[in-house]
Amino acid sequence: MTTKSSAAERTRAAAEPGTLVLLCLAAWVIPGAGHLWMGRRQKGIVFLLALTAMFFIGLLLHGRIFPFEVSEPLVALAAVANVLAGGPWMIARMLDAGGGIVTAATYESGNCFLIVAGLLNFLVILDAFDIGMGRK
Amino acid sequence: MTSHFLLIVLFSFFVSLVFGVLLRDQPRQQLRTGAMMFGGFVATALVLGWLMYPFPL
Repeated sequence: MTTKSSAAERTRAAAEPGTLVLLCLAAWVIPGAGHLWMGRRQKGIVFLLALTAMFFIGLLLHGRIFPFEVSEPLVALAAVANVLAGGPWMIARMLDAGGGIVTAATYESGNCFLIVAGLLNFLVILDAFDIGMGRK
Repeated sequence: MTSHFLLIVLFSFFVSLVFGVLLRDQPRQQLRTGAMMFGGFVATALVLGWLMYPFPL
């Protein structure tokens, strides 16, 4: 006999440290996966679609995926924000995309989309963590 | 697409959508928060655009 686990049961199960780490990792790799895991289907799907779309629109606008350059603090911070996008960032790196075209009119807008997609995903990860901790 | 206005509308849409869904739990509240945020983004962009109009590039 199969039993359906409720959102409350999943929240209790996720409160264990190991599961919380897995939850945050999943939420990082696939935007919205943490919410889907915790049974917040509507939120999870919106985050998955919106954040992934934002990241790829950023690439289409000739935005740049910044490298880690410690000598350039702002570039390093932008690189951290890019990494926070998770799966889309990994896919872009694998496809060697995100070189950025500085002369393109939409270069800065593209950067803005790429960076904000990562930062929003970080907020989404924190929200999933809070749900996992039973705070929400 | 090189229109900066369209780009800011697109950007505002996505950011408002994520914040609306993130901050509220009920769909009606999410829609209201998202719509207010979207309007705020676009209105601020228009006002700042007008304020910067006299400045040379």
